[in-house]
Amino acid sequence: MSDIKVVIDNKEVLVPSGSTILDATKKAGVHVPTLCHLDLHDTKMVNQAASCRVCVVEVDGRRNLAPSCATPATNGMVVRTNSMRVLEARKTVLELLISDHPKDCLSCAKAGECELQDLAERCGLRQIGITGDAQSTYKKDITRSLIRDMDKCIMCRRCETMCNTVQEVGALSGINRGFNAVISPAFELPMGETVCTHCGQCVAVCPTGALTENDATWEVVQALADPEKVVVVQTAPAVRVAIGEEFGREPGSIVTGQMVTALRQLGFDHVFDTDFAADLTILEEGTELLGRLEAFLGGDAKALPILTSCCPAWVNFIESQFPELIDIPSTAKSPQQMFGAIAKTYFAEKLNIPREKMVVVSVMPCLAKKYEATRKEFSVDGNPDIDIVISTRELGQLIKHANIELTALEETEFDNPLGMSTGAGVIFGTTGGVIEAAVRTAYEVYTKKPLPKIDFEELRGFEGVRVAAVDVDGLMLNIGIAHGLGNARALLTEVRDGNPRNLHAIEVMACPGGCIGGAGQPYHHGNSDIIKKRQAAIYQIDKDMPIRKSHENPAITEIYEAYLGKPMGELSHKLLHTHYHIKDKV
Amino acid sequence: MANYTMHMLVCSGTGCKSAESDLITANLEKYVAEANMTDEVQVLKTGCFGFCEKGPVVKILPDNTFYVQVTPDDAEEIVNEHIIKGRKVERLLFVDPKTEKMVSDSKKMDFYKKQLRIALRNCGLIDPDNIDEYIARDGYHALGMALTEMTPQDVIKVVKDSGLRGRGGGGFPTGLKWEIASKNDADQKYVVCNADEGDPGAFMDRSILEGDPHSVVEAMAICGYSMGATIGKVYIRAEYPLAIKRLEKAIEDAREYGLLGKDIMGTGFDFDIELTFGAGAFVCGEETALIHSMEGERGEPTTKPPFPAESGYWGKPTNVNNVETFANVPVILLKGADWFSSIGSEKSKGTKVFALAGKINNVGLIEVPMGTTLREVIYDIGGGIKDGKKFKAVQTGGPSGGCLTVDDLDTPIDYENLIAKGSMMGSGGMIVMDEDDCMPAVAKFYLEFTEEESCGKCTPCRVGTKRLSELLELITDGKGKMEHLDELKRLSRVIKDTALCGLGQTAPNPVLSTMEAFWDEYIAHIKDGRCPAGQCTNLLQYIISEAKCVGCTACVRVCPTNAITGTVKKPHVIDQAKCIKCGACYDKCKFEAISKQ
Repeated sequence: MSDIKVVIDNKEVLVPSGSTILDATKKAGVHVPTLCHLDLHDTKMVNQAASCRVCVVEVDGRRNLAPSCATPATNGMVVRTNSMRVLEARKTVLELLISDHPKDCLSCAKAGECELQDLAERCGLRQIGITGDAQSTYKKDITRSLIRDMDKCIMCRRCETMCNTVQEVGALSGINRGFNAVISPAFELPMGETVCTHCGQCVAVCPTGALTENDATWEVVQALADPEKVVVVQTAPAVRVAIGEEFGREPGSIVTGQMVTALRQLGFDHVFDTDFAADLTILEEGTELLGRLEAFLGGDAKALPILTSCCPAWVNFIESQFPELIDIPSTAKSPQQMFGAIAKTYFAEKLNIPREKMVVVSVMPCLAKKYEATRKEFSVDGNPDIDIVISTRELGQLIKHANIELTALEETEFDNPLGMSTGAGVIFGTTGGVIEAAVRTAYEVYTKKPLPKIDFEELRGFEGVRVAAVDVDGLMLNIGIAHGLGNARALLTEVRDGNPRNLHAIEVMACPGGCIGGAGQPYHHGNSDIIKKRQAAIYQIDKDMPIRKSHENPAITEIYEAYLGKPMGELSHKLLHTHYHIKDKV
Repeated sequence: MANYTMHMLVCSGTGCKSAESDLITANLEKYVAEANMTDEVQVLKTGCFGFCEKGPVVKILPDNTFYVQVTPDDAEEIVNEHIIKGRKVERLLFVDPKTEKMVSDSKKMDFYKKQLRIALRNCGLIDPDNIDEYIARDGYHALGMALTEMTPQDVIKVVKDSGLRGRGGGGFPTGLKWEIASKNDADQKYVVCNADEGDPGAFMDRSILEGDPHSVVEAMAICGYSMGATIGKVYIRAEYPLAIKRLEKAIEDAREYGLLGKDIMGTGFDFDIELTFGAGAFVCGEETALIHSMEGERGEPTTKPPFPAESGYWGKPTNVNNVETFANVPVILLKGADWFSSIGSEKSKGTKVFALAGKINNVGLIEVPMGTTLREVIYDIGGGIKDGKKFKAVQTGGPSGGCLTVDDLDTPIDYENLIAKGSMMGSGGMIVMDEDDCMPAVAKFYLEFTEEESCGKCTPCRVGTKRLSELLELITDGKGKMEHLDELKRLSRVIKDTALCGLGQTAPNPVLSTMEAFWDEYIAHIKDGRCPAGQCTNLLQYIISEAKCVGCTACVRVCPTNAITGTVKKPHVIDQAKCIKCGACYDKCKFEAISKQ
């Protein structure tokens, strides 16, 4: 496409045809403020509702102001972004928004991260010169994962775009009209009673405090303060490459050792690693894969494909959206739940304490994990395997509350035995990582030969749907990978409708980028480079690990020898595998 | 074989039907049959005559006798007197409110004299359920001509040259719209008829669909031919059941006659029409919102571009025109662009249908050439202001139009002039107000409507209209401050400038135009705590004149809050703290001792 010439505040710039005025202002080095607009091209998330009207600019020859985010630039267009007319409009629009927004910023979960607050500060708003005082109010809705406080909704529609266009879950849409317009599930059902998968991506993109995580930090403080309890913590792979951002570190900073020290200083009795459970998952899921592969090669066409089952939002998605495929996912529990099951059996026995005395806390990049931990099948006589789940952001809060300066801490190691892990465990944190870890193990177990090359580059990347053939010593395994539930829907529909690409194994992660882009991670505020930097950090950790295949993890070998027996054995089956339930759509 | 010498036309539009016009028809038929005159006299249900003020209407041809406010019981007398004996039933004739004289011939009625009915040409004349009657009035001739004698480009040229502009409010040149849609190539294109008439005061689209549905069907097919679309969709509100019924019948009959469907008139052109029902949201008249609603999405607008002509219904090139626009098209093709463009003003060609309502004598539906003055519409056609009151303002263009005043009475009505006056053509609603109407309260009334009908998508409309109506509430409640007027102006200015769609962009019109023309009234409310029109109850006080009160106690007995006290035969007093300003005492007092202040 040819370039077009646009004049922004007297400065001429050339932009590709099809660009918006906003694109042109960026090219001109002019920073027009936006609010509803969100452009995460890499994940196909582009919110162009043009509903907030904050980014309006003056265009020569046009009767009214134009929303720069959604107005195509045309050749010869002359734009002013800072005329009196524009400034008055922007200020008034902002005042209107704030006139219908609660003023409880001091106690808002989004304080400091709120884009509306930032905008008010940037525009130098000192008073709301709007007289009307009616507030649109809406009942608060709390699910196990998130809190919807629609009084704080500014109708930017990002959550709706995310839920419907990117995730294709369809749990949220605009309802009611005028001043009472609000985003809600159908029939105003509580979110927890809908097809919501708890992925939390709506929270990840919400500019205000309308959607936030269901905070559990205080429960952690209480557990730590209870002298009767042994408090065990596990941290997911993606947390260590993101928590540094909460303390001003560059995205992609690896702060594993400092995070472990901080957790210890917070008072956790045992600081363990979900990566260990990830390695365990590979043993179970890999063994299941090989068993199903054998059946498949033996003529049972339905034995494959196998789907990964680590991601709880993904599990929710298939349970409600693809009931006909409910038998396809691996029965292996997610690493979080494997960890909980092992901690409250194997490790509790080691400590010689009853499971009730132990509190298992998970630190997850994810909000769906909060929901997963409460699923009935993951508890014994009402005592859950995982007691409390907090997000990366919540851990950041906890550390700050405890007056700990993470970046100044010395690095320490995870505790043993549930803290020992491999490079295969850590790559669970990114799209493509689970299946790569599984292939590393499956290859060696199946062929009984060492891997010629550990890195499976063909499985890596950021494309929403990726398909690659992996050569397992002559046997070609067709692998499918999807991240983002909309991409997963595309791949699953393909499988349901005859699996034309003959996929044998499929990895799905609900969040764009995988767990590194999880809804519990520090807010990316629309910058998808942050997610990519976290991904690079994950692969860096893997590369630096002395052991990079799950089946070579000595702690894993030990637990099978001393406790579990063999993968898919009787005790493994009881502790480490699960089953799925078909869910109604409404 | 019937050889009719007389026709009795009975209005069967929604208004007259609800006043039992069906029963009138049945009774007329009964008495005609009893008189053995069924071969000579035809009783016919037609569409709306437009003179809704005096419905139900029965018109008798050939002499154009116009009976008004007819009841089913009048049928016998009409047949016996008029049909059999040739004597007019004088008590049912229209009495001109200005001359107080009876007018028998509808062509001599002021209401009809200045009208030029193009879009409404068949309304009140033919049986809308009978395709043959439409055909007898040159119906489907234009379609035949287009398909057999004209290229699509020829059709577009005629419509362009005619100067026809969108009658739904925007006034975009229709031919140009068709041309753009015709130039966008796609495997499927759509013609959409916008029958989502959302202005509560306007009913021209309903009347056309009820009275002459085939004109719209024919025009849509012509449009489809010109732009290369084979599917037509009518988006019509479900609260128009009669229009839906008649349109469905028209589509069915047209299919049966080979005027819709495959290979129309053997020319190889395929075109068919489906209906989609809307739930009555005002904003769904905005074309992008309408399209989203048709797709099953929330009815809310999206930014243009892309325009529907590029990416409309299901992302395909779509041409959206409103009912009245379409109704003009067949005649334009038959009579030519020159004929049409010779009517009207410089930039606004043809006629426009207006729905006259409010404090006017002849409430109803009228069609006049563009460029007709407000004075002609209100005083000549409309018969002037009710009860001899003084004209104050007329609000044009629906709830988000502006108010025009006495100074504007001689303004020729067209798109440009109305916009220049801070109002708009809009749907063609015209609400007439008299000296008793309080203008800040009028502005508040309209803002409450737009506030309620806002879809809530963009900030200026969702929150801004709410704030405007809150401010107007304060002012009409007597709690206004002078700075509120600045705030009203600023908000109005910004909402107009930043709202996403036409609804929000025009919503402040009633505020701005009443502030412009009736600034004194705003000031009176704020500074003097007084409502000059005596409408704002919070600013009213009922006062008993000591001199006039005879102490009859009639007011005491009707006061619901026991606010009036006094001794019999001595002047009474109203306790203002208890008074709820219901006005019961005012109505009851026989001695004019109670005044509103």
